[in-house]
Amino acid sequence: MKDMDSLLIARGHVVDPASGVDQEMDVLLRNGLVVAVAAPGKLRGQASRTFNAKGCIVAPGFIDLHVHLREPGQAHKETIATGTGAAAAGGFTSVCAMPNTLPVNDSPEITRWTQSPERGALVNVFPIAAATVGSMGEKLTNFAALKRAGAVGVSDDGKPILDDRIMRDALRAAARLKIPVVQHAEDTPMTVGCSMNFGPMSFRLGVHGMTNAAESSIVERDVELARATGGHVHVAHISTREALDAVRRAKNDGVRVTAEVTPHHITLVDTNVGDFDTNFKMNPPLRSEADRAALIEGILDGAVDAIATDHAPHAFHEKQVEFERAAFGITGLETALAIAITVLYQHFDVPLTRIVELLSSNPAKIFHLKGRGTLAKGAHADVTIFDPRKRWAFDASQSRSKSKNTPFDGWSFSGKVVATIVGGKVVHEG
Amino acid sequence: MKPQLRSLLGIEQLSTEQIESILALARRMNPNRPSQLLRGKRVALLFYESSTRTRTSFEFAAKTLGATTTLVIPVSSSIEKGESLIDTAWTVASLGADAIVTRHANSGAVYLLARYVEVPIVNAGDGMHQHPSQALLDALTITNHKKKLNGLRVVIVGDVYHSRVARSNAELLSRFGADIVFSGPADFVPEIAATIAPGVTTCPDLNIALQGADVVMALRVQKERLAGKDISLADYVADYQITPQRMKLAKPDAILMHPGPIIRGIELTSEVADGPQSCILEQVRNGVKTRMAILAMILGAAR
Repeated sequence: MKDMDSLLIARGHVVDPASGVDQEMDVLLRNGLVVAVAAPGKLRGQASRTFNAKGCIVAPGFIDLHVHLREPGQAHKETIATGTGAAAAGGFTSVCAMPNTLPVNDSPEITRWTQSPERGALVNVFPIAAATVGSMGEKLTNFAALKRAGAVGVSDDGKPILDDRIMRDALRAAARLKIPVVQHAEDTPMTVGCSMNFGPMSFRLGVHGMTNAAESSIVERDVELARATGGHVHVAHISTREALDAVRRAKNDGVRVTAEVTPHHITLVDTNVGDFDTNFKMNPPLRSEADRAALIEGILDGAVDAIATDHAPHAFHEKQVEFERAAFGITGLETALAIAITVLYQHFDVPLTRIVELLSSNPAKIFHLKGRGTLAKGAHADVTIFDPRKRWAFDASQSRSKSKNTPFDGWSFSGKVVATIVGGKVVHEG
Repeated sequence: MKPQLRSLLGIEQLSTEQIESILALARRMNPNRPSQLLRGKRVALLFYESSTRTRTSFEFAAKTLGATTTLVIPVSSSIEKGESLIDTAWTVASLGADAIVTRHANSGAVYLLARYVEVPIVNAGDGMHQHPSQALLDALTITNHKKKLNGLRVVIVGDVYHSRVARSNAELLSRFGADIVFSGPADFVPEIAATIAPGVTTCPDLNIALQGADVVMALRVQKERLAGKDISLADYVADYQITPQRMKLAKPDAILMHPGPIIRGIELTSEVADGPQSCILEQVRNGVKTRMAILAMILGAAR
C-alpha cells in the first residue's frame, strides 16, 4: 500500500467548498493527485509521509488570477522563479501571469516560454496572453493558438481595450474558445496624469485624481458587450461601488461576468497615501471608504467572485521617486491570505468557506482550470494548509519577492500559511 | 522653549503654536539690518521650477542672516544628465548644506526628500500641493492690517485647482477661524475644493463672494490652463477680474493680495494692483522677513 511519492495530510480541518466539505478529514495525495479524503484515521498507514495539520485549515491550493511576474524583460523587478517563490510563501499553488512583459506576451512562443521548466517556477504558472497584438488595442491576437500554447485567458492588462468593436470581437472570439477576456477597466483618456483616487485627499495633496466613473463606465460598457456576444468578461481588480453595481445587475440578468478584488482595496483607502507614500500608489488606486465598504458588501453578497493580488513588483529606484513619477503597483502574494483572514474573517465575519471559495474554487472555475480549486478525489494535489489563528508580523525585507514595494511592511496579521503543496510536493513550510 | 521645527513641508504638519512663533519671529526680523545669526550656515536652493520672488527672498533672507547660499537648477547641473531628485538632494547634503530649500513641479516631492535626506528641507512650492512660506507671509500681511484672523472673510479668486498658494492659505487661515471663499469657474474651483479645511466654501459668482470680504486674494491665471476648458480668457476677465468696481463690493477697508507674478489685465487691473487697497508689494517685503524667520527656526538659531 505504501508509496514513496505519497503524503497524508492528517487531522486537519478540510474546507473544500467545491465538494461541500467543511469538517475534520484526512487527505491522501499520491502521484500528484488527491486519491482519498476520509474521516480522521481511516487512511492511516497508506502514505510514506504524514503531515500533521492539527489545528489547521486544509484547503484546495489558492489560485491568484492576477500577478505580474515581469519575465521576460524586467527581471530586475521579479523573475518567474522569485515571483512563484513569493506565491508559494503566500499559499498560492497557481498563479495567472499577466502579459505586460517586455516584449508583451502576445504569441504562443512567449506563452510557452513562461511555462518552460527552465523558468524554475515553484508553483503552477498559467499565462494570460495579450488580447491584442502588442496590447496596442488594434488587432486581436490569435486566441486559439494562444490557448493551445497554454493561455487560460486574454487581457491587455494595464492598457484597457477601449475600442468598442475590438472589445466586442474579443468577447466573441473568446466565447468560442471558452476563455475569459480579462479587462483592466479604466477609461484612460479620462485619467491622463492621474496618480491616485479623485476625492478630498487628491485635492488636498494637489494630485490629479482618477474618478470612479473612469472605471465604472468601462465596466458598464463591457457587461453590455458580454450580454450581446455571450462572451465572458472578467473584471480585474474592481475598485468602485458603481462598477460593482454594474457587475451585480448584469449577473442578475444572467450575463457572463465575474469580478476580482485585491486585498489592498478591501483594507486601505485613499487617505492612507498619507505623505505621498509611493507604496500606496497603484492602479486602480485606493478608493474612498464608501467604495471599500461596497467591496466588502460584494464579498458578502456574491457580487465579487475572487480575491486576486495584482502582485506588481517594482525595484526600489522605481518607487523612491516623486509620487507622481513613481511606478504604479505593489506586491501582494505573501500578505493576501493574512489580509483575507484579518479583515474579512475576523472583522467582517466572512466564513472561512467563503474565503477559500474566493481564493481557490472560484478562481479555478472562472479560468476553467480543470482539477484545481478542489480536493475531490482525482484533483491535482495542490493544497494550502493555513492556521487562521496564528499571529504574525510581515517583514518586507524577508519577502521572497525580488521587490519590497508593499504598504504592509511591519503590519501584524492573523492567519498564516503553514504549508503549500503543489502536485503533491511541499514547496513551502511556514 | 521654542517649538522645534525640523523641516517646513506644508501647513498641515505645523502646529498652531509653530505658526504663531514663526509669525512672531518674522515680525521682529528686519531685512535692512544684516546680522550674523546664521553665520557659517550653508543654505542650498534646489529649484526645479522657475521663480523670482521666492528664490530671491530665500536668498536675501539667508544672506541677511549671515548664511551662504548656493543655487542648484536643472540647467547646467547633473539633473540635466538624468540624476534623480533623491540623488541630487543626497549630493547637495553631502556637499555640506545645512538646509535645502526646494521648489519642484511634482506635488509631494519635498516629502520624498524629508523621508530620505538627513538635512532639513524647506518647501518653496511643490506642484499643486503646498507653498507654506507664502501662506505664512500672507498671514503676516493680513495681520498687519486686521486685528485677528478669526472671523475674517477671505475670498480667494481664480485657478484654485492648480494653486498651491490657495491650498496653503486655506489650511492656515482655517486653522485660525477665518471663513475662506473660493471663487472661480468650475474647472478652477471644483466643488471638492471646499473639503480642504473647515470654514472653506465655494462660490462661482464672484460678485456674491466679494460681499463683505475683508481680504481679496487673486491668484495667477495661466493662459495655457484655460485651453480646452469651458471658459475663454475673455469670459474669465469678464467674470473674475478684480476691478475697482468689484473691490467696492468688499468691505471698505478690505485689502487686495496676490502672490505674484501678476498679469495685469487678466487677474486684475492696474487701478487695483497699484491702488490704495493693494498689499502686493508689502507681501513681497514680508516674504523676506518670513523666510528669515523660517530659516532661523529651521537652523536652530531662533531666539
